[in-house]
Amino acid sequence: MPIEYYIFLCLMLFSIGVIGVLTRRNAIIVFMCIELMLNAVNLLLVAFSKMNYGAAKLISATTTAGIDAQIFVFFIMVVAAAEVSIGLAIIVMMYRNTHSIDINFLNRLKN
Amino acid sequence: MKILVAFIILWPLAGFLFNGLGRNYWSKKLIAYKATGYIVASFIASIFAFLYVQDNGAVTVHYFDFIHTDSIKIPFDFKVDALSSLFLLVITGVGSLIHLYSTAYMQEESAPHYARYFAYLNLFIFSMLLLVLGDNYIIMFMGWEGVGLCSYLLIGYWFSNGNYNYAAKKAFIMNRIGDLGFLLAIFWLIAKLGTVSYSEVLTAETVAKLSSADITGITLLLFVGAMGKSAQIPLFTWLPDAMAGPTPVSALIHAATMVTAGIYMITRSNILFTHSEITQNIVAIIGISTALLAATIAIKQNDIKKVLAYSTVSQLGYMFLGLGVGAYSGAVFHVITHAFFKALLFLGAGSVIHAMHHEQDIRKMGGLKSKLPITHITFLIGCIAISGVPPFSGFFSKDEILAAAFEKNKIYWVLGLVGAAMTAFYMFRLYATTFLGKFRGSNEQEAHLHESPLAMTLPLIVLAILSALGGAIGIPHIMGGHHWLTGQLSTIVSTPQVAHLAVSTEWILMGLSVAIAAIALLIALSRYSKQTDEEPSSAIGKFFYHKWYIDELYQKAIIEPLNKFALFLKEFIEKKVIDGAVNGTGKLVQFSARKVRLIQNGQAGYYILFMVVGIIILFLIWFNDITILRFIHTLTQK
Repeated sequence: MPIEYYIFLCLMLFSIGVIGVLTRRNAIIVFMCIELMLNAVNLLLVAFSKMNYGAAKLISATTTAGIDAQIFVFFIMVVAAAEVSIGLAIIVMMYRNTHSIDINFLNRLKN
Repeated sequence: MKILVAFIILWPLAGFLFNGLGRNYWSKKLIAYKATGYIVASFIASIFAFLYVQDNGAVTVHYFDFIHTDSIKIPFDFKVDALSSLFLLVITGVGSLIHLYSTAYMQEESAPHYARYFAYLNLFIFSMLLLVLGDNYIIMFMGWEGVGLCSYLLIGYWFSNGNYNYAAKKAFIMNRIGDLGFLLAIFWLIAKLGTVSYSEVLTAETVAKLSSADITGITLLLFVGAMGKSAQIPLFTWLPDAMAGPTPVSALIHAATMVTAGIYMITRSNILFTHSEITQNIVAIIGISTALLAATIAIKQNDIKKVLAYSTVSQLGYMFLGLGVGAYSGAVFHVITHAFFKALLFLGAGSVIHAMHHEQDIRKMGGLKSKLPITHITFLIGCIAISGVPPFSGFFSKDEILAAAFEKNKIYWVLGLVGAAMTAFYMFRLYATTFLGKFRGSNEQEAHLHESPLAMTLPLIVLAILSALGGAIGIPHIMGGHHWLTGQLSTIVSTPQVAHLAVSTEWILMGLSVAIAAIALLIALSRYSKQTDEEPSSAIGKFFYHKWYIDELYQKAIIEPLNKFALFLKEFIEKKVIDGAVNGTGKLVQFSARKVRLIQNGQAGYYILFMVVGIIILFLIWFNDITILRFIHTLTQK
C-alpha cells in the first residue's frame, strides 16, 4: 500500500483527536481524544518504519533500518498507559470533588 | 642645555605649586618673594638660553615621547631658537616686572587670596612658556589652552562679583571658539602629513606636498585660533571685558602673554602663510579693520583701563596687518615694543587707580601730574612710544609695518596711517585728561593721593627705559642701523621682507606718519588738558561710545537665538520627544500587559486552542523552509 494512505489516515485521526480535545467538555472524551492523537502518531511511526525497512532491504538483506521507530512506539504505549492511569485517577478525584467531569469547571486556578 | 631649558619652564610651575598648595600656610612676604623670585630665576635662565642660541644656533631638546603609536609620533620636545628665545626674554622679563609690581598692588588682599593670585600668575607664565617653547603644535596647543584657563582664572579673580565672573566666562568661551579652529588645523595637519613637529611641517619640501586648498584651509583655521587668542574681529570683545581682573593681570595678558600667542603662532608657521595669498589678504584685512574699529572705540571711552584695552586690540590689529603683508619680523618687533609700552601703560594706570582708591573713570581724575611724578613721567613716555614719535620704540616697529603695507597695497598704508593718528589722539586724550588740568575727584580722594611704593614705581621706570630705547633692536637701514632683529629672525622667517622702497620714499613715509601722529597728538593735548568729554550727543559719537553696539549685536544675533534654540530643545525636544519616548515605552508595556492578561482566563480549552494554533503556525513556517520541502520531496520520490 502506498505510504500516502497511512499518512492521510493518521492525519485524519490526529485531526479528529485535536478537534475532540478542543470542542468536547467531557473529560473522559477529551482523554480518549488524546489517546487517539497518540495512537495516530504511533501508527505513522510504524508505517514509516516499515517503509524505511522495505527500502533498506533492497540494498542489504540483513538491515535493521526502521527498528528504532518501532521501539519508540513501544515507549509511547508505555508512557500512554502510565498517563491513562494517572489521568483517570485525576478524573475520579475530580468527580468526587465537583460531582462533574466537565473540564470547564477546572478553572479554579483562575483568580 | 636640556637642564637649562627645563629650569626656565619649571621655575614658574614650582611657584604655582608652592603658592597654590601652601596658600593657607605661608605669610604674604614669603609668597611675594617666592613668586617673584621664581620668575626672575626663569628670566635669568632665559638670558643664558638666549646667549647660548646666539653662539650656537637653534637647539631642540628632547625629553620623552608624549604620544607614540605606529602612525603618529608626538615627542615632548622644546625648541629654543631665535624666535622662541626672544619671546622667552619678553615673557619672563616683563612677567617678572609685573610680578614685582603685583606684590605691592595686591597688598590689600588676605594671604590665601594673595597666594592664589600669585599661583595663577605663575601658572600663566608657565603656560605661556610651554606655548612658546614647544617644538610641535600639540605642545603649543597645551600651552595655548593653559593660557586660556589662566586668563579665565585671573579675570574672575574677584569671583564674588557676578559681572567679573561673566567677563571671565566670556573670555574663556571666545577663546574656546578660536581654539576649535586651531585644533581643527592640527587635525588637518595630522591627516595630511602625519606629523606636527615644526622641523617636519615647516619645511619647503613639506609645503610642496600640500595642495594650495590644504594650505589655505590650514592657515585659515590657524588664523581663527589666533583671532580668538589675539582678539581680532570678530572675537575681540572679550579683551576689553578682561579688564575685570586686577590691573597687573591686564598688563600681563596684554603685554607679555596671551594676546601675543596668536602672533607667535603665525610667525612660527610663516612658511604656510606665505604660500596662501588668500589667507594673507584675509589676515591683513582683518588686522587693519580691527585696528581701526578698536581705535574709534578707544577715542570715546572714559574708563582708563578700557581705553588701554581697546588700544591693545588696535595695536594687535597692526601686528596682524604686518603678518598679512609678510612683515613677520616687523610684527614680532611690534610685539616686543608693544610688550614694553603696554605693560608700562597698564602698570601706570594701575598706579593711578591705586592712588585714586579704585577710581577708574578719567573724568574724575585730572591734575595728577604733580601728585604722582614718577607715574606721570613714565606714563607720558609710554604714550609717546605708542603714538609713534621718534626715537621712541613704537615709532620703529609701527613704521616697519606701515612700510611693508605701503609696498603691498597703498590702501593698507593709508588706513594704517589713519589708525596711527587715532592712536596718538586717544592716547594723549587719556594722558591729558588724567594728568593735566585740575583735579576733578572728591576731596577725600585728593587728600589720599600719593605716589606708589618702590615695588610699583621700579617696574615703571625699567619699562619706561625699555619703551624709550627698545626701538634700538630694529633701527632701519636708512637711519644707519642694521636692523638687528631682522637678522636674528632670518633663520625663522623664510623670506626676509627687505623693503624695496627707495630711500627717499621711505623717508617721506616716515615723515608723513610722524607728522600726522604729531598733529593728532597736539589736537588731543590742546583739547583735553582743560576739559573732559561729556556723554556723546552726536550719533557717531554715541556709536563709538557704545563700542559699535557689537556686544549688543552678538547678544541679538548669536546669544538670543541660541538661548531660544536651547529653550526649544528643553521645552519641546526634552519634555515632549525624549520624555514622551521614555514614558511612552512604559505606558505601552502597561497597556499591552493589561490587554494580554485577559487571554489567561483559566479555561483549559482556550489554552489548548492557543497551543494548537501555535503549533499549526510553527508548522506552516517550518514547512515553508525550502530544505525541508526538498527533503520531503526526496522521501516521496523513493
